[in-house]
Amino acid sequence: MGGFPILSLMLLVPLVGAIVCLFTTAHAARIIALATTLANLVLGIILWASYDIGGAQWQFVESQPLFAGFSYALGIDGIALMLIVLSVFLMPICILASWDGIRDRVGVYMSAFLFMELLIIGVFAAQDLFLFYIFFEAGLIPMYLIIGIWGGDNRIYASYKFFLYTLLGSVLMLIAMLWMVNEAGTSYIPILMQYDFASGAQNWLWFGFFASFAVKMPMWPVHTWLPDAHVQAPTAGSVILAGVLLKLGGYGFIRFSLPMFPDASAQFAWLIFALSMIAVIYTSLVALVQSDMKKLIAYSSVAHMAIVTVGLFAFNVQGLEGAMIVMLSHGLVSGALFLCVGVIYDRLHTREIARYGGLAINMPQYAIFFLLFTMASIGLPGTSGFVGEFLSLAGIYQVSSFVTIICTTGIILGAAYMLYLYRRVVFGLQRNEDAAAMSDLNGREWLMLAPIAAATLWMGVYPESFLAPMRQDIAVLDARLSRVAPEYDSAIVIGTPRPNAANQMNDEHGAAEAGEAHGAAAVADGGIAGEGAH
Amino acid sequence: MSTSILIIVFLPLLAAIVGGLGNRSLGNVAVKAITTGTLFVSCALSWPIFLGFLSGDYSAMVVPVLDWVRSGDMDFDWALRVDTLTAVMLVVITTVSALVHLYSWGYMDEDPDQPRFFAYLSLFTFAMLMLVTADNLVQMFFGWEGVGLASYLLIGFWFRKPSANAAAMKAFIVNRVGDLGFMLGIFGTFLVFGTTSISAILQAAPAMSGASVGFLGSRVMVMDVLCILLFIGAMGKSAQLGLHTWLPDAMEGPTPVSALIHAATMVTAGVFMVCRLSPMFETAPVALAFVTFIGAATCLFAATVGTVQWDIKRVIAYSTCSQLGYMFFAAGVGAYGAAMFHLFTHAFFKALLFLGAGSVIHAMHHEQDMRYYGALRKKIPLTFWAMMAGTLAITGVGIYWLHAGFAGFHSKDAILEAAFGRGTELGQFAFWLGAFSALLTSFYSWRLMFLTFWGKPRWAQSEHIQHAVHHGHDGPDEANPAWQEDAGHAVTHDVPAPGDMEGTAGYHPHESPVSMLIPLAVLSLGAIFAGWLFSEAFLDSAEFWDGSIYYNEGLIHAMHGTPLWVKLTATIVMLVGLLIAWFAYIRDTSVPGKFVEQFRLLHAFLFNKWYFDELYDRIFVRPAFWFGRKFWKVGDEGGIDRFGPDGAAWLVSRGSVGARKFQSGYLYSYALIMLLGVVAAITWVLM
Repeated sequence: MGGFPILSLMLLVPLVGAIVCLFTTAHAARIIALATTLANLVLGIILWASYDIGGAQWQFVESQPLFAGFSYALGIDGIALMLIVLSVFLMPICILASWDGIRDRVGVYMSAFLFMELLIIGVFAAQDLFLFYIFFEAGLIPMYLIIGIWGGDNRIYASYKFFLYTLLGSVLMLIAMLWMVNEAGTSYIPILMQYDFASGAQNWLWFGFFASFAVKMPMWPVHTWLPDAHVQAPTAGSVILAGVLLKLGGYGFIRFSLPMFPDASAQFAWLIFALSMIAVIYTSLVALVQSDMKKLIAYSSVAHMAIVTVGLFAFNVQGLEGAMIVMLSHGLVSGALFLCVGVIYDRLHTREIARYGGLAINMPQYAIFFLLFTMASIGLPGTSGFVGEFLSLAGIYQVSSFVTIICTTGIILGAAYMLYLYRRVVFGLQRNEDAAAMSDLNGREWLMLAPIAAATLWMGVYPESFLAPMRQDIAVLDARLSRVAPEYDSAIVIGTPRPNAANQMNDEHGAAEAGEAHGAAAVADGGIAGEGAH
Repeated sequence: MSTSILIIVFLPLLAAIVGGLGNRSLGNVAVKAITTGTLFVSCALSWPIFLGFLSGDYSAMVVPVLDWVRSGDMDFDWALRVDTLTAVMLVVITTVSALVHLYSWGYMDEDPDQPRFFAYLSLFTFAMLMLVTADNLVQMFFGWEGVGLASYLLIGFWFRKPSANAAAMKAFIVNRVGDLGFMLGIFGTFLVFGTTSISAILQAAPAMSGASVGFLGSRVMVMDVLCILLFIGAMGKSAQLGLHTWLPDAMEGPTPVSALIHAATMVTAGVFMVCRLSPMFETAPVALAFVTFIGAATCLFAATVGTVQWDIKRVIAYSTCSQLGYMFFAAGVGAYGAAMFHLFTHAFFKALLFLGAGSVIHAMHHEQDMRYYGALRKKIPLTFWAMMAGTLAITGVGIYWLHAGFAGFHSKDAILEAAFGRGTELGQFAFWLGAFSALLTSFYSWRLMFLTFWGKPRWAQSEHIQHAVHHGHDGPDEANPAWQEDAGHAVTHDVPAPGDMEGTAGYHPHESPVSMLIPLAVLSLGAIFAGWLFSEAFLDSAEFWDGSIYYNEGLIHAMHGTPLWVKLTATIVMLVGLLIAWFAYIRDTSVPGKFVEQFRLLHAFLFNKWYFDELYDRIFVRPAFWFGRKFWKVGDEGGIDRFGPDGAAWLVSRGSVGARKFQSGYLYSYALIMLLGVVAAITWVLM
């Protein structure tokens, strides 16, 4: 791709689309938005195809100094590449999801979405700290608008909560950033990632960033904005919120906290573990008792994101790669689950679980898609959910068996709340006439769900396509972290091996008698007796 | 062999996809023909592989399929491993599955949703085949979860029934508890050995038998903790004591499903896993003791519960649970060959019993309660003889001196001899529990036979029968679709007085169609001959196993060296059980009622399955919901929100009276101001 500024083009395309959308009719805005996002999807695929796996760490680099050391610097590594691909993949689906559901101010709505696409790509592609910050914070503005204007009945409260939480986090992060740039003398992220801050300073900086990323993630106990935001947001808003915006927190940890403040990360890993363990149990149980479909899935997102954070702070390759795959997978799967909710919400205009039931009878195709995404959310092997969860938890097991056991209970609780949801919505008798009269998926809905289903299975069966671009970057990060990785209790001490297999019986003839005579001794040590003891 | 194994495994997947997606467009017959046909192809290709291993022509091989995951040192692929152990499982799975597909043509004939059913069956078969051909633990886990999914879908196949949905969910979630152990076992194995490849682990395991590792804050023996974790997975899948509660409820599924999944194949996956990893388990004495204990305890527990159930399928379900206990304690004492042999014979006779029960249910218009059966011997003679073959096999009828008997005679006797011959106290414990359970096995099996086929007809009180008679139908009809199949009647502790129950109500049971009778016939042959034909290879031949399980030469000799009374124990208890059943259900039918009267508490304890469900409901299910509500209402809304954002809002609204002029109240104007502020701040700092 030589020096072709493809990243800038990917920013420019939605910008142009967004501006045009503002000045057209509703119908034209829909078509323009779809065309724009599809164009960006094509660019994203080109980006992926031309990314040189194993090549330079930063590719497609562009740099234009602006003022005072602040520069328009773009460039991606494998991690950013995958997240950009996820974003451009979900965007056209979001536009399709809003096709019929949004009737007011369509042009502004589509424009907000396209702006958001621009800003999200910007976040992942930015190589300048302040450029990152601008994209990172500004990306939330369209989201405020989408919730606040096109949201449900209680949209003002939800957007207010969203605003307040993120504001608090951002202020602290901004202060930390200003300090860092003063100290290191550059705002260029690749250099900062190699810079060794004094370990005392690292602690404060780490907390500054943590405040922002923990909210975005979201981690317990700063998660309460998420259920409200999801419930009030229109379907496409939920998809992009769960699919991409929640990934900003994880991306922040892997891009900033871990490489820039490795000592502090190691020191505060226990805090991450503790909050994540609480999140898995707590939010899973809360999800179990929800009667609102979107709230249930929102709470499940918090539990899944906790697996990401423990994986990241496991400080080993499996943990990091697992966390990345969980993020990608969750982007697809929870996005798809929100779409599934949207499909029936469009028909019945309620998110109340009890209003549905027996949909397998009148919506069999829908039932299949919903089942697939439910299983992917539960982490069934063969779907994307499994690969990420498995790697992440395998990574954390090398650190602490206790944390692993607590976090792995998520697979039981996850099965409980998702299957309980599925049972109440899809199985059972058709209790409500209006729900029983709903029609099965139409062509537009097939176009939304089928690509995500294919991607989910692809990532589950052959995750190598997604792991390969990130491998080198994760290895670099792992190398940087390995010097600070703490000692763990899971260390193995090789003792003297037993001479024989536990049930081996050497004496061929006297075994029965010997066994009877020495039975007591055998039980005491679990049954190595019998071997010729007489 | 490599081409045929690929066909065996992936053809059912293809059939499942075609059948599942082509559901409506292809139509019933086409989907049924495709799925059943592919299964017979798989079956036909599996037997030559098994016979090849039996004759020693084949040796173990691995067929790579696709890379799966590479992450640092962790590296596992999709691959198909074929060795003797796999070959045994291949024939069991494909044979029973093909027969069950065929049987379902008849059994599910009235169901409106047949393509879905057949697609699920084929999907299950694929997942099970992936499980037994796994070359690494993760692929085994893939198959493990895949069969769990298929089981979930098939238990809940009649999804309009609340009880079926509840049972399906329960099966999945209880299995997930076991999976927690399995997953931790895999993680631990990777930590210790740096690989998930089964052959590499088995090779490296002996060297680790003295190693210790930190686990939950204490130092424990590595191999013991790994094997126990993995075994917890096996306990879930194989419904062992503690994690068994899902299996009886799983009888909500259609009867062919019970035969295939909950008797012959899926539930034996745990036994298969322990045998597959036997060299690893042999480095872990504590884990083996645990396996033996759980196996023996389950064996007894399930047999006691089985003696008092009225639902014909639940009796067989508890029987399955109990027989799995035999297999586990056989493995625990080191008799892996005997465990696999019992798995092999059990697959045939238990599938036979389930399909026979299905045939009875079919004839009795979906009535499953044995209290409403009776005198069916003459009405459905072919089914009767098939059930008879199954009963003779499960109770272990045979003559020691001739070394000839039905399938269970060979395998169960071998297990009891192994437990005794092992010579440890735990082995003795397992032997006595196993022997007593064999008595109970004989009792409940004959009780089932006597209640169903002997005596006088007691059909008149059955709602199903009444329904059939009222609507002028003989036998099953469309007005009473299969999804209304009842899973047992309200809990009644007492046997109704025989006088109230007798009568045919004018109903005429009729024999099942040919598609159902052929599988019964084939499986009857298995129940009669499988033990006699293969006992030599499974029990005594190191060459047959060819290193695919831990082969315990010393134990084989000890088994042969057990005293005569040990060898005869199984036969004696079988006769005693038969005698008691005959006395109580043929000779003097008032005996059971009197027994219940006398031992009311004991009966209630057994009838209510030792109150496991009630216990779990109180200590797990209800607290989970209670905590969920508390965390939500008190934690999130009452705590975090109240003092977090809502508190801040309150403060702001109090403090903002004076600043109101600056506030437009529009969110985006705040956001815009914030953005401008940020740009200004940056500019200021960097200038």
